[in-house]
Amino acid sequence: MGGYGDIKMIDENGLRMDGRSATDVRPITIETGVVPVADGSCRMTWGTNDVIVAVYGPMEAHPRKIQRQDRAVLDVRYNMAPFSTTDRIRPGFNRRSREISKVTADALASVVLLEMYPRSKIRVEIEVICAEAGTRCVGLTAASVALADAGIPMTDMVVSVASGKINDVVVCDLNKEEDNYGEADLPMGVLPNTGEIVFLQMDGDLSPEQFQTAWDYNVNAAMEVHKIMVEALKNGGAK
Amino acid sequence: MSGKNNADGPQSSQIVVPGEYLGFSEEFEAGHGVIIRNGNLMATKNGKLKINGKIISIEPLHSQYVPRPSDLVIGFVEGCTNNIWFIDIGAPFNAILPMSLGPSKASFGSTRQVLDIGEAILCRIQEVEETHSSVVTMKGMGLRKIRSGSIDDIDPHLIVELSRDGNNSLRNMKEANDCRIITADNGRIWIDGEIDGIISVRNDLNKISINSRLLKEGGVA
Repeated sequence: MGGYGDIKMIDENGLRMDGRSATDVRPITIETGVVPVADGSCRMTWGTNDVIVAVYGPMEAHPRKIQRQDRAVLDVRYNMAPFSTTDRIRPGFNRRSREISKVTADALASVVLLEMYPRSKIRVEIEVICAEAGTRCVGLTAASVALADAGIPMTDMVVSVASGKINDVVVCDLNKEEDNYGEADLPMGVLPNTGEIVFLQMDGDLSPEQFQTAWDYNVNAAMEVHKIMVEALKNGGAK
Repeated sequence: MSGKNNADGPQSSQIVVPGEYLGFSEEFEAGHGVIIRNGNLMATKNGKLKINGKIISIEPLHSQYVPRPSDLVIGFVEGCTNNIWFIDIGAPFNAILPMSLGPSKASFGSTRQVLDIGEAILCRIQEVEETHSSVVTMKGMGLRKIRSGSIDDIDPHLIVELSRDGNNSLRNMKEANDCRIITADNGRIWIDGEIDGIISVRNDLNKISINSRLLKEGGVA
């Protein structure tokens, strides 16, 4: 069903093409304070993904029409560098980057205490330097770390992980081939302290059982990633 | 879930991250950077935990200046109209300096002859509105236009650290480098003296900033 059905992306022993099991997450490193001029910043590598996030503010919101009298606004800009993929990406905003910027802002707005800074703006710049698969998850997770690094008050940090289906098997944290040729993709944003979901998208078809498995994989992986985020914030960097 | 508090409870100087549970609200009161949620104290900022009696608060590793009345601040003139200057005080919003609170008498329309755009001033916060807009004044002892020396920035919460123990570390810095150092509550520091002294003080301040943020040489731990 779907994709390149005859390509075998998982073997009889449950090992994937890159040697991971169904529940394994790609290697992650997080480094904070990488952009000295920003109020907070973070560089996150997740597999071959490489994302830099810089946070500026709170600052006066311009133009004035975007100001909210009772809270700050989150201005998130997700962008993929033209050289981040094998096919050159045309620079500038496109439909996909607008959509990801919006869902990322919505997910972050659920944890940032925006009401502490009325009429102001917090600018979050997500720049994808190298893209493999799951850049929206990496961008959202790295943005949480950068916001914490900037001293922006938050009730929790959003951790985002995607699970999907390849050869009718649910696996966690898809790589490029699995994302391109797989049958479904379920990125989620999880709040590790409460287990709440603040972001969820689905591409492809999953049965209720497969959806539940993907959900569980995402929540468990989010807990693992959260530990790395905490270590990075406490020590200035983590692997 | 993963964020539950460890069995030992919160400890002073421990580094915490947003969302970390710090104990029960019956045991402690919430101070800066701490909120109460479902009877639990929860950190909202990344920083060092401070326990002062029953009050538990967080000293952030990075902070932005929030103006309070009577704060001494160093600002830069960002713009002006015929009777008002707009001052960048490092807060989310620019402060205003009305002509009546300016450094000297100015006639309507001649604000730029008294204070021009880009000039630095030592002033005091007179008033802060609910919406965080503020008014500054230059009427008061020692408040003036800054004409010499250098202005450096550190995180505002580090000013409190510098002033601890009766300004000991500041006094040492002044004596060692033969410089005049004025710290403002918005994290800006005016250093005046010989160029070698200014460079040395700036290096010391840079070290304090780096140490406070726990940045390790070479980046990744």
